[in-house]
Amino acid sequence: MNKSWWKILAVVLVLFSIIGGFLFQVPAKPILNESIRNIHFHVPMWFAMIAMLAVSFVYSIKYLNKGNENDDLMAVESANVGIIFGILGLVTGMIWAKYTWGEPWSNDPKQNSSAIALLIYMAYLVLRNSMEEEQKRGKISSVYNVFAFPIMVVLLFVLPRMTDSLHPGNGGNPGFNTKDMAPELRPIFYPACLGWILISVWITTLRYRIRKQENLIS
Amino acid sequence: MTLFHQIKFLIRKEIMLEWRSRYALNGILLYVVSTVFVCYLSFREITNPPTWNALFWIIMLFASVNAITKSFMQESRGRHLYYYTITGPHAIIISKIIYNVLLMLLLSVIALGFYTLVFKNPVGDPLFYMLSVLLGSISFASVFTMISGIASKAGNGGSLMAILSFPVIIPLLLVLIKLSKNALDGLDRSVSLNEIAILLAINVIVITTSLLLFPYLWRD
Repeated sequence: MNKSWWKILAVVLVLFSIIGGFLFQVPAKPILNESIRNIHFHVPMWFAMIAMLAVSFVYSIKYLNKGNENDDLMAVESANVGIIFGILGLVTGMIWAKYTWGEPWSNDPKQNSSAIALLIYMAYLVLRNSMEEEQKRGKISSVYNVFAFPIMVVLLFVLPRMTDSLHPGNGGNPGFNTKDMAPELRPIFYPACLGWILISVWITTLRYRIRKQENLIS
Repeated sequence: MTLFHQIKFLIRKEIMLEWRSRYALNGILLYVVSTVFVCYLSFREITNPPTWNALFWIIMLFASVNAITKSFMQESRGRHLYYYTITGPHAIIISKIIYNVLLMLLLSVIALGFYTLVFKNPVGDPLFYMLSVLLGSISFASVFTMISGIASKAGNGGSLMAILSFPVIIPLLLVLIKLSKNALDGLDRSVSLNEIAILLAINVIVITTSLLLFPYLWRD
């Protein structure tokens, strides 16, 4: 991961998706109109969040098995970055909802679920801060992280599909899967997702390395 | 001793300990009854069935958090060490979950009885409503047992328990409220099969992750 090619790739992909997302042709749809461009910014945020929370989950399992302190650091830093991307996803979604649904928060199941998912991870951070001793903190918070992740997956991917939702991809609305999405959106959407995931990995590794140096000094 | 015997013994121990003091049991029963009474005095009457349903589940949520928080905290460190020498972690977590399920069943039946006594009962399909209460007790017990273990190990009682458990229980609570709402309206039972399946699936996930994780949590 110390090579720089993937960081350059991340920057190029994100720049491309920003320029392309604003300037390229989009299909004209009623209600959505130009707001359809938000798909290049809103959806990749959630992809990055899920990716980082999955990384956090995996590193928590690794910590429980091996007890290596660095795995715990990686778990908490990826959870931090995941939360930031989750907040960005929520905000971009709310701005979009303001113009298409009429109000930023309309009690949609998808919005509620994602807010609860963020609460779970904020509880994880509070749990960490409540303990001083490093090994105990690492172990107990890893247990909570591993315990909460499957429930969060159910919350985000199963429950919104069971109820009526206005959100694209739920309740019979078209989403970003391969058969629904307009072909002219795809060349920007896929690079955008990959680019933002790489950016989130980059931020996580940077924060992880900073924390490791801090631990060495203190 | 096999796992099964150990679990049986541990459950008997929990029940006996509880029965000797009866402090926790009476305390939590009084908690439920007085909460329902406070709600009665502030609402007087509830004409709207969804409100009736939501209030019942909110009362159950707070009562169960209070009931289950104690399941790990009341035991001293020395006693945990003693368990460590005689049984395995799986026996302990399974016995705690089963004991908490029993406790929650008792609690929810009493709560429901008293609740329907003071507030006029609009339930359309009482048997099915009881089923949702039963599933609710199992779900609360399985989720809160593990979280109370985590909170007690973190050594910071009540407030941490609420912070950790509420976001985790909300998905279950949403499904439970939907299921019991269907029973309340007396809808055809086949409508709710999806919700029941989801609840059972989440419970299976929660209990298996508890079984996998408790050994790590337990060892100091």
